[in-house]
Amino acid sequence: MADIRLEGVGHSYDGGRTWALRPMTWTWQSSRAYALLGPSGCGKTTLLNIISGLLSPTVGRIFFDDREVTAVPTAGRNIAQVFQFPVLYEEMSVYDNLAFPLRNRKYPKAEIDQRVRRVSQLLGLDDHLKRRSRRLDPGRQQIVSLGRGLVRSEVAAVLLDEPLTVVDPALKWTLRSKLKEIHRDTGHTLIYVTHDQTEALTFADEVVVLNEGAIVQAGEPTELFLSPAHEFVGHFIGSPGMNVVPAEIAGGVVRVAETDVGQAVSDQEDELEPGPVRIGVRPEFARLGGEGASPGLPVRVTGVDRMGAYNLVHVRAGGHPMIAKTEADTRFAPDTEEFLHFAPDRAFLFRDSVRCGSISPLDGLDGKGAS
Amino acid sequence: MTEQSVTVAGSPVGGEIVTGAAPQDGTPDSRVSVKPKNNRAWLLVLPVVVSVAFTAVIPLMTVVNFSVQDIFSPDDRIFVGLEWFRSVARDPEIRAAFVRTLLFSAQVLLLEIPLGVALAVAMPRRGVWVSVALVIVALPLLIPWNVVGTIWQIFARADIGLGGWTINNVLGIDFNYTLDSTDAWITVLIMDIWHWTPLVALLAYAGLRSIPDPYFQAAQIDGASAWSTFRHIQLPRLRGVLTIAILLRFMDSFMIYTEPFVVTGGGPGNATSFLSILLSKVAVGQFDLGPAGAFSLLYFLVVQIVSYVFFTVLTRSGR
Repeated sequence: MADIRLEGVGHSYDGGRTWALRPMTWTWQSSRAYALLGPSGCGKTTLLNIISGLLSPTVGRIFFDDREVTAVPTAGRNIAQVFQFPVLYEEMSVYDNLAFPLRNRKYPKAEIDQRVRRVSQLLGLDDHLKRRSRRLDPGRQQIVSLGRGLVRSEVAAVLLDEPLTVVDPALKWTLRSKLKEIHRDTGHTLIYVTHDQTEALTFADEVVVLNEGAIVQAGEPTELFLSPAHEFVGHFIGSPGMNVVPAEIAGGVVRVAETDVGQAVSDQEDELEPGPVRIGVRPEFARLGGEGASPGLPVRVTGVDRMGAYNLVHVRAGGHPMIAKTEADTRFAPDTEEFLHFAPDRAFLFRDSVRCGSISPLDGLDGKGAS
Repeated sequence: MTEQSVTVAGSPVGGEIVTGAAPQDGTPDSRVSVKPKNNRAWLLVLPVVVSVAFTAVIPLMTVVNFSVQDIFSPDDRIFVGLEWFRSVARDPEIRAAFVRTLLFSAQVLLLEIPLGVALAVAMPRRGVWVSVALVIVALPLLIPWNVVGTIWQIFARADIGLGGWTINNVLGIDFNYTLDSTDAWITVLIMDIWHWTPLVALLAYAGLRSIPDPYFQAAQIDGASAWSTFRHIQLPRLRGVLTIAILLRFMDSFMIYTEPFVVTGGGPGNATSFLSILLSKVAVGQFDLGPAGAFSLLYFLVVQIVSYVFFTVLTRSGR
């Protein structure tokens, strides 16, 4: 087990014209469970293949603790990787599949047997050990592939590339908690690639959000939800995603279409420059009702989606659509004027998609006083 | 599971449905499988029956017709039953040629299949060299068979052929395929390997190309050696194309005619007289239509049986 350090690592598939992975410096700490979250084509798999050595990066250097491995081939890196679709040695039995990585590394026979049986027990493969792996259904085949990744004990990291795509949804939950269990037991560093936020948020100690080949934010699941550092994180995490409304800063006040929304507070020491800005606020932190509370703005209700446990109220603020998440028992009629109040410290300001500040109540008009 | 749902479902196509075991009193027992039977299917099979009749059955029947008669002239013929089959099966010359041909096919398969697979594995997987390699490998396949024979007939000659001359004068080995049976056999065998290994290589290459990258990546991650990767990833996934390659190479080599005919004419002595060369002697040279017909049918039968055995064994072992 080791910290995996990337120093200025980037990759281009077309000789430097475009970056599939922009040069980044980042450390994967030993024994943590990471989720690498991002849309298709954002460079997740590229990053994974660079770590495992299947791909050599165009620029940058890779270290496992203090040992540089940039030029070390896959076999020498001691990394386990599980792919999106089942990759099996089809004519071998399940047992032989699980034993294969150990046999190649000349483990003693007794230890191989012990490890294979342990993994098979954890993954519920005991009844299938003798079967030829190609005769299993695809879901089970993927579990066998997963088992091959987990059977080695002293790997630097286990990389999982959307490993549960082909697995039956009902089984997904079980396997995910199994994985967490295994992680707790073995203390492997896990890097779990997914484009499914639920998967990422429930699985990981730390979620790393990747977009267009760059890490836009990394943190604990709650942190990503409550305090997105990038517009993309706001969109991608949460359902529905964060509302984004164009606004203007003038004299330290955030304005949307001539309405004062609240006080602009910079994340940095210095004041925010006047000029265009975008407000980002999650539907969970946008509350309808409470006339004139600050921060907030008047809106017109355009429709309501009843989701059962809650309602999604669609509104327009100065021509921009927004969504507010409300209790299931609230009633908002279309075409009525309402006031949309933002929870303090949960409405943020973004410039060039990057967070630069937040919105606080206007002087003398704090949220509690008015509602 | 699937069997049941297929048999229970009634055919949506019109026509008479014969419900075999189902009770007729309107209280169908769901456990009894009802097999729908639709005789209109015969109409759909008819075009195939007609075309197969014209391409295979009718031509074959003319041979069957010859094989059971002794024909002196078009008007003077006697029905002799299976007499020709018996005499062909007992003929020592034909038996010797049969063994010879079988041995030749066995050697061809044993050499060309591994060689073709090795060639395919060695060919580049991507990049500009792919096309270059493909063209070079495919080249022998584009040469007409009797040209191949002519090329080797000259190439292997001890006096003026580059190959034959080199073996005699540079390597110092006495080699003359017109005089020595072994030399003749080796010449024909190497010619066949040169001509047909590319076919095996191309088939195997297509099979190898269809293996997705993650399989090779997984092998690297699992620390598999090159041999292990070949044995456990590439070879199992070549089963389909190798079945085809083995069948094609068996059938072709067992029926080989043109090349040895051009190079050695079956000689020296009978050393390279394969079944087809003997057959053409009987049929065209001596114009013995009865024995030639029986010979052809037995020849055809052997090809069929061996191919069937190969196919069954190869597909069974894959399950």
